[in-house]
Amino acid sequence: MSKNRRRGRFATVTAVAATALAVASCGSGEPAQPTAGGGAASAAAEPVTITVHTFGGGENFGYDKAVETWNAAHPNIQIKYQNLTDRFEDVYLPQLLQRLQAGSGAADVIALDEGAMGLMKARPQFFTDLGQYGLDSRKADFPAAKWDNGVNTEGRLFALGTDIGGMTLCYRTDLFEKAGLPTEREEVGRLWPDWNAFMEVGKKFQAANPGKDDPRFLDGPNTLYNVILFQEAPKNGNVAYFDKGDKLVIETNPAVKTAFDTVKSFSQAGLTAKLSSFTPPWNAAIKKGGFATMGCPAWMLGVVSGAAGESGKGKWDVAAVPGGAGNWGGSYLAVPKQSKHPKEAAEVLNYLTGKEGHVMAFQEAAAFPSSIPAQQDPAVSELRNPFFNDAPTGQIFGASVKDLQPTFLGEKHAQVKTSVEKVLEGMDQGSVPYDQAWTRFLGAGVKAAG
Amino acid sequence: MTLHLETATPAGSGGSGPPAERTRRGGAWTARFDLLATPYLFVSPYFLLFAVFGVFPLGYTLWVSLHDWELAGDRTFVGVDNYLSLITDDAFWNAVVNTLGMFVMSTVPQLVLSLVLANALNKRIRGRLLLRMGVLLPLVTSVVAVAVVFTQLYGRDYGMVNWFLGLFGVDAINWQNEKWSSWIAISTMIDWRWTGYNAIILLAAMQTVPKDLYEAAAIDGASARRQFWRITIPLLRPTIVFTVFVSTIGGLTLFTEPVMFDGNPTMSGGATGQYQTVAMFVVKEAFRDFDLGYAAAAAWLLFALILLGTLVNHSLTRRIGGTE
Repeated sequence: MSKNRRRGRFATVTAVAATALAVASCGSGEPAQPTAGGGAASAAAEPVTITVHTFGGGENFGYDKAVETWNAAHPNIQIKYQNLTDRFEDVYLPQLLQRLQAGSGAADVIALDEGAMGLMKARPQFFTDLGQYGLDSRKADFPAAKWDNGVNTEGRLFALGTDIGGMTLCYRTDLFEKAGLPTEREEVGRLWPDWNAFMEVGKKFQAANPGKDDPRFLDGPNTLYNVILFQEAPKNGNVAYFDKGDKLVIETNPAVKTAFDTVKSFSQAGLTAKLSSFTPPWNAAIKKGGFATMGCPAWMLGVVSGAAGESGKGKWDVAAVPGGAGNWGGSYLAVPKQSKHPKEAAEVLNYLTGKEGHVMAFQEAAAFPSSIPAQQDPAVSELRNPFFNDAPTGQIFGASVKDLQPTFLGEKHAQVKTSVEKVLEGMDQGSVPYDQAWTRFLGAGVKAAG
Repeated sequence: MTLHLETATPAGSGGSGPPAERTRRGGAWTARFDLLATPYLFVSPYFLLFAVFGVFPLGYTLWVSLHDWELAGDRTFVGVDNYLSLITDDAFWNAVVNTLGMFVMSTVPQLVLSLVLANALNKRIRGRLLLRMGVLLPLVTSVVAVAVVFTQLYGRDYGMVNWFLGLFGVDAINWQNEKWSSWIAISTMIDWRWTGYNAIILLAAMQTVPKDLYEAAAIDGASARRQFWRITIPLLRPTIVFTVFVSTIGGLTLFTEPVMFDGNPTMSGGATGQYQTVAMFVVKEAFRDFDLGYAAAAAWLLFALILLGTLVNHSLTRRIGGTE
């Protein structure tokens, strides 16, 4: 019974989510344009609407401009773009799986987070083979690892890369100044060549902010943990929770242990604001200056500027991350098999993951392109981000993804990630004693993978 | 139809045999069908709806619970394996304890308070109608809105409850962090919304108690308190049983409040499941870990738990009033 009731709840959520927002744009109703756009094909075809669903906080995928541009030029293929939620693992992904299984309700083009790629690769029955529409010719545009992740267990191309994470550190210049630390991004980056040095800076910062209500040095355990995990993974065979045979290696992978231990030491030193990321209090603290630093992959810049709002402009800046390069996150686009217009959907996908789409998304949401031609475009490499004190984000992230070794993520990566990070949050907030945390952490991981 | 057939049959009986026979036999058949089946047809919408939305999901959930069934993935028949691993799963029992704990913590004060409230509203007081409507108001607000507002009140950094406690020198409490604190917070949400509802139901029942009973008792010198315990409570028994049942079902399927209290829809009910209820456990297994079979088994155990809880309450509430 209770199950039945809950289904009802989900159905309502789905129905609400499905009321798509039409992207109001384009004077393309004018009869002149189809001829200008050229081609007998477009004149003959019925106009089709291609829906695009994404996820993410703040500016998320940054497709507003790209969609507007496309719709103006393609009266016969109109894109309806909607960002469903800011939460991937526990909202977007379960809804998507239900829609895939139900055979209807998914958009024509769907966004997938890197964390779910293992899961989706193992379900080739739900996705259109993009090679069928000639998209396998795009191979040279992407770094090998980004490309390989879009090939499913049947060896067919089903997804193309959008952004790539890279790795930097965001910091509040106003709080740094108050604590007597340097504020200029080059100088700040030189403060912390590694995590030990970062700890020392943190202690110095906290000594200047000893009060109960004073800002903390770090936001909480999540961003720090992920940054370190994906820095360490390349040193340990490019794997995180699962090895390449999809066997759980959480207990034996030194990358996990290192990331855990580092987070624990920062938490024990009292340097965290004890916040879980992507929660309302976390957003509020970004806005109010509740903490001074946080791990920032490229897409996180859009989250920060979105959460901080106009008033936060110029207060945040971006510096090099301690401990060197790494990649956290990044996404893909795919076309579900249930799409009624797979050909047009593939065209839209091709456009959004092409150079033009990548560049516009980077300008809008700072989502750093995984596409190599887009990375080399001066519009990307020379872009500065006005919100972050005109930081040369193009250059910073370009450097951080240069020798990138993307990490293999298993089929159940998303579930394991959610469960173990809960334990980290509990440890940081005090409901899990420090001496039991590692055992609980492993237990949660094993259970989620089982 | 019925009337027409009944009059037609005697008229035809005087004529030639076989056709009339046929008519009568046909008529009798329709009449019998009418008599026996029509009532069932009239009540059938309920049973059809119940079959589609009640029996079928129950049966299907049972079927799913016998499989290792992954959302949008593989399924294999495993028999009662899910149930066996459930009863040895600490997380499940933790959820059961939380559910029962919050149920007791919220329902007991709630019912006592609503009884007291109903009794007060039953008195001749100024602005009675306004007060009676007033206690029902919380019910009009959406559960989500209540939970959101209360969660903000219980906020660690900027919450009003901590601010108030701070006036007395109490350190900021992280309400989500411990079992006791989170249970208190969630129980207050439930009580705020449902106390008035139960009070109104009890009030309605109180008004059916004959006035002369009180008058007779008053003449015999019974105090107001004695009247309450000896007359009001025993006569309210059926209504109290009803409110206890409804609260039991509501309490054991507790879901929205703890989910909203968590802030994130992870369904984990705090970092270590301090306030994860069984309903949340079911959703977590099904739609966060994508293990539908395991979740279905948990849903069935929850069903059993509610049956058990209702039975226990039934035997307890039967003793109210004592004398029988």
